[in-house]
Amino acid sequence: MKRWIGISWVSCVFAFLYGPLLVLMVFSFNQARYTSAWQGFSFTWYASLLENQHLLDAFVNSLTVAFVSSLAATAMGTLGAFAVAWYRFAGKQLFFGLVYSVMMSPDIVMGISLLMLFVTAGIHPGFFTLLVAHITFCLPFVIVLVHARIAGFDPAVVDAARDLGAREHEVFFKIVFPMILPAVLAGWLLSFTLSLDDVIISFFVTGPGFEILPLKIYSMVKLGVTPEVNALCTILFVLTLAAVLVAHFLIKEKKK
Amino acid sequence: MNEKQGFKFFAVFLNMTWFALFVLAPGLMVVGISFLTRDISTFFTWPLTLDHYRELVDPVYAKVLGNSLVYSFNTTLLCLGIGYPFAWFLSRAPRHRRPLLLMMVIIPFWTSSLIRTYALVILMKANGIINTVLLAAGLVSEPVSMLYTDAAVYVGLVYSLLPFMILPLYAVLEKMDIRLMEAARDLGAKSLQVFLHVVLPLSLPGVMAGCIMVFLPAMGLFYIPDLLGGAKTMLVGNFIKNQFLTAGNWPFGSAASVFLLMLMVVMLGVYFFISSRFNRSQES
Repeated sequence: MKRWIGISWVSCVFAFLYGPLLVLMVFSFNQARYTSAWQGFSFTWYASLLENQHLLDAFVNSLTVAFVSSLAATAMGTLGAFAVAWYRFAGKQLFFGLVYSVMMSPDIVMGISLLMLFVTAGIHPGFFTLLVAHITFCLPFVIVLVHARIAGFDPAVVDAARDLGAREHEVFFKIVFPMILPAVLAGWLLSFTLSLDDVIISFFVTGPGFEILPLKIYSMVKLGVTPEVNALCTILFVLTLAAVLVAHFLIKEKKK
Repeated sequence: MNEKQGFKFFAVFLNMTWFALFVLAPGLMVVGISFLTRDISTFFTWPLTLDHYRELVDPVYAKVLGNSLVYSFNTTLLCLGIGYPFAWFLSRAPRHRRPLLLMMVIIPFWTSSLIRTYALVILMKANGIINTVLLAAGLVSEPVSMLYTDAAVYVGLVYSLLPFMILPLYAVLEKMDIRLMEAARDLGAKSLQVFLHVVLPLSLPGVMAGCIMVFLPAMGLFYIPDLLGGAKTMLVGNFIKNQFLTAGNWPFGSAASVFLLMLMVVMLGVYFFISSRFNRSQES
């Protein structure tokens, strides 16, 4: 009896979490334009996406921002993780405080604070401001992920390498980097999805000349639902799903 | 400067500079501007004033803020109510099934909350899928209006934030020593007593972490009321967004943001206070 309550509760919650997404994906292949009744399987809306230059531009813009910002955040965050794991320095507590405050503080506060910074500094909103904002909110995730991995391995390995005459960059690139690579890759993939999905912060720091996909979807949905958006959301969902799954396996591997 | 010093300097300097420029400086700007006066052309100007904070507690705005806090609070309670039993059952699932089940919670955690909100829109709109099914089945004679209601906003918020509640709860419940419950039962405790006196107190840090991780974002997700709610539904996020983009009132919007940050600080403070006391009592 108890077991059945458990199984049905869990099933209901999973149905709630996945049902709407499944419906969205299935109906992106629905022929119908105006009704929600099923009128036959078709790729019509995917084909019409390819002809919509505005959406394609927004998609390319989003991928560009996500790719560049996740790479930059991963490179910098990996260095940052080393800085906090290996060295003592003035302001380390402040640094940790800032890392966690970015992770915890509501996105909207970060959005408006960067908006005010950029406007006051006279920087035109667009690609560059989006890039800076996305690097900033991805950075803490990379630092925390990579730091957990560095903290997990035996520091004697590094000492041994140094004793054997390895120079600092050799220690880093030949010993440490291969060991933390899964965490670095996971950090990169998760940053990529964070950047690709972000709505709130991008909303405040983007400019009129540079449209990105989530904001485009947001304005399209506000104006009214079209079947192209179903197709677009399905593509975006599958893309992030793939990145998350790969990242998950990379993180899991480290625990063995 | 030797190579080690150089590497250290580079790694520390780069990160510290980035955080100082794009986290600390804008954060201080928010606080600073909230005490300045509104200006049409330059957005803010001298002199210093407390007017914006006074306005926040003015009955008109206090009511708006109060209502939006109610949304976040109720969302947190709903997530806790659904998420706690869920996390409990998940943590008691057969060991070999748990990784897959956990993965199924993590996927919605990472995928776009906008897309998931949109999925709700196509389900709930007047000629949407739920209504189409209900009409076809003859259960209703005309479409039920679901979209643009408070209930839709709650569904949207819970739908987006439920994984944030489940994950910390699962983390504490999974680690819980099952023998403690067996001991309580052997000593004659009933199921409810075991839950109230053993399971619940031990899971308190997870409950608090989950509530914080739901409550804080639930104040900022402005696109959920925009897409699912009626004209009057407002979260603190919508309020702040309007101050910046519609009213052009930076200082007032900043003051509301400072209010959000203060809430965050208080909640995290309570969390750390309780969890450190909790850890100490665990040790002794």
